[in-house]
Amino acid sequence: MELTTLETVPGKTITRHLGLVQGSTVRSKHAGKDILAGLKNIVGGELKSYTALLNESRSEAVDRMVEQAREAGANAIVNIRFSTSNIAAGAAEVMAYGTAVVVS
Amino acid sequence: MDGIIEISLFLVLLTIGVFAGRASERKHYRELAEAEKALRDIIVSNRGSPGEAGTFSRGTLVVGSVVIAEDFFKRVAGGLKSLVGGNLRGYETLLERGRREAIVRMKQEARRLGATHVVNVRLETASLSEDWSGRQPMFSAEFIAYGTALLRNR
Repeated sequence: MELTTLETVPGKTITRHLGLVQGSTVRSKHAGKDILAGLKNIVGGELKSYTALLNESRSEAVDRMVEQAREAGANAIVNIRFSTSNIAAGAAEVMAYGTAVVVS
Repeated sequence: MDGIIEISLFLVLLTIGVFAGRASERKHYRELAEAEKALRDIIVSNRGSPGEAGTFSRGTLVVGSVVIAEDFFKRVAGGLKSLVGGNLRGYETLLERGRREAIVRMKQEARRLGATHVVNVRLETASLSEDWSGRQPMFSAEFIAYGTALLRNR
């Protein structure tokens, strides 16, 4: 599966469009990590555990999107976009979406 | 008595915020400058494709992200400053650092793949500190930078 933020796949041509595909995850922060992050907040700087958490969420969202595209018979996803939103205290949704296509 | 404890706790946190926060900010700026210098040869663009896109045989998604939080001093100073309005310098530097770090990490991923260009780059910021109760905890935000890394013929 080729993944790109472009409207085309470099070196290939799109032969069919299969429509929008998307994948998302909602994950909450681990309570223990949240306390550590709270302490880290006094000093400021990177919250490594959250960075890792959101990265995991993002790759899962991408996996789900890829799965959907595969079911539709695509071999590439173009014009991929991400978005993150905070939906409740300590929980964030990560979403990935794009257009499933067949390239050759 | 409770008041005295509360005030001294506040002052202790503020002092830690001032010194540790500033030190970590300076360190981060130094690291960013070094990383950016090392990755300067990777060309990043937010256009759809560079002029020579035809010479690349493969493109693949690359993402860089970071979650960054304010320190206690920034919070207090920002709170005071917002009474009179104007630039909140503490937050400006925080957001700048976050965004530059995300771009650096995206470029590092491109470097690992052996890419020389990253095109159609998008930047996103998401605040992680608001919640439905309306409570305002410490500010933290996620920054992501993503784009398509272009690879030459294998």
